[in-house]
Amino acid sequence: MEISEIKQLQINATKARIGAVIGTYHAKSGHPGGSLSAADVFTYLYFKEMNVDPENPDWADRDRFVLSKGHCAPSLYAILALKGFFDWDELKSLRHVGAMLQGHPDMKGTPGIDMSTGSLGQGISTACGMAIAAKLDNKSYRVYTVLGDGECEEGQVWEAAMFASHNNLDNLVVVVDQNGLQIDGTVAEVGGIEPLDKKFESFGFNVIKVNGHDFNELDEAFSKAKATKGVPTAILMKTVKGKGVSFMENQVGWHGKATNDEEYKIAIAELEGQLKELEG
Amino acid sequence: MADKVTKATRESFGEALCELAQSDEDIIVLDADLSAATKTSIFSKKYPERFINCGIAECNMVGVAAGLAAAGKKPVAASFAMFATGRAFEQIRNSVAYPNLNVKIAGSHAGISTGEDGATHQCLEDIGVMRTIPNMVVLNPADHWEMMAATKAALEHNGPVYIRLGRLAIDSFNDPETYNFELGKGITLHEGDDVTVIATGLVVNEAKKAVEALESEGINARLINIHTIKPIDKDIIIKAAKETGKIITVEEHNIIGGLADAVCEVTSQYCPVPVTRIGVNDRFGYSGPAWELLEIFGLTETNIKKVITQVVNS
Repeated sequence: MEISEIKQLQINATKARIGAVIGTYHAKSGHPGGSLSAADVFTYLYFKEMNVDPENPDWADRDRFVLSKGHCAPSLYAILALKGFFDWDELKSLRHVGAMLQGHPDMKGTPGIDMSTGSLGQGISTACGMAIAAKLDNKSYRVYTVLGDGECEEGQVWEAAMFASHNNLDNLVVVVDQNGLQIDGTVAEVGGIEPLDKKFESFGFNVIKVNGHDFNELDEAFSKAKATKGVPTAILMKTVKGKGVSFMENQVGWHGKATNDEEYKIAIAELEGQLKELEG
Repeated sequence: MADKVTKATRESFGEALCELAQSDEDIIVLDADLSAATKTSIFSKKYPERFINCGIAECNMVGVAAGLAAAGKKPVAASFAMFATGRAFEQIRNSVAYPNLNVKIAGSHAGISTGEDGATHQCLEDIGVMRTIPNMVVLNPADHWEMMAATKAALEHNGPVYIRLGRLAIDSFNDPETYNFELGKGITLHEGDDVTVIATGLVVNEAKKAVEALESEGINARLINIHTIKPIDKDIIIKAAKETGKIITVEEHNIIGGLADAVCEVTSQYCPVPVTRIGVNDRFGYSGPAWELLEIFGLTETNIKKVITQVVNS
């Protein structure tokens, strides 16, 4: 990718992080940590990889995205707003009564959301269903899903993984956001899911390991996924939970709480500083 | 009746799917390694390219069905009632019903008549759990002809439907020439004003035999077949409560959560009358031949007759 293209993606990702902080601050709740760790891959998907049309969100031939780790909706919502699916100001009413933006993605209420998710482990199965529908219809659209590393403790993830490779779903890309933290502690302490790469390999996946904050690596991984025929791809991306906000980075406590007034000001100032640097 | 057939409703369901699939290419059938038992094998033999065996993984199967529906297909996911509605309950709630996706869930081997497999497979809670989920339609057809019509109606309905299938071969009692299935509408099978018997599924025919036998004894019981548990036919229940003053429910399900509760929810609000519940009395089943178990659990003509007589004379 050209340096200018990477810079534009970084700018959008920083804006998505700002959006996630704005949304959770106004909601006085939500999940900033994982929203920030996954912001770069959301940006890559919607601004580089996927074929979608904000003017026609239900377009039958579009690529699909399923946020299996549905709690990280705040930065996805910000990306959808940046992409033009709805107004940026909607972020300020996230989780409010009557709001379009629900605590977890709602495909019926929010343009651009392809599947309602939130209960961990379920999104990946629905992504498999969409991918097999494309095969049945001889359509070329691709299906992407992002899971948390903690989410991989759910048995359904492995039912789905088995299904994906058994049905040769090479139009499916499963991304795992390995920020290493879950609610009760580190994933290593709580769940013991490693070695994740060997698990996906043994389930028949093409496994690619990347730094989830490096757009060149993401670009290479998604290109390889597209070129891989006959088997699904798992992109295991190492990330930093809370990425971009100094006091949230790698902190278990920032999984599911919003900033207070003071923290909000600091977080926004930090992110806007990063944005200015990128734009400058 | 010339068209009397003896057939398990699971088999009728498999046949109905094949018929419907002829004119609807969007119908996709999924199973979790039980197609020989749920009878989706009838479909898979005819339409192998539209059949997806998901292996023994019901939760994933329901999720895959949700994804297929989101992409415009009409998926039908089948398993035993126990695993489809029990194990995959939350997938049905969150991945299917919450986004109101066009997925049909078929649960076979429902009830005590599953027989020899015993308690782990005799699902007595499926109607209860499915009924509590918003957007969900719950169907429990009583014979071959009703299952054929109900399956068609389920596929014509745009939204989630749970349909209960039985393992046991049973005699049909509906006349295909005159039978009319209307989603959400109960059917009066026998007129009477002494008491109303409201039955659903496999035991409707047992209730019918009981009601007809009591005629000669001077007891005129009304019999209503409720094939749609949700949305329940309020009008037919309120009318029966007003006109007969007493109701007996009959179902092959726990007396908690199923037809009995659905009827009581209507009567308690609109026309409170005594409701006597015939069903499995909040306990687990056990192994045995189906008809023996149905007899022991009081779900056949003998006990239904006894209860009707008691209620009418009380």
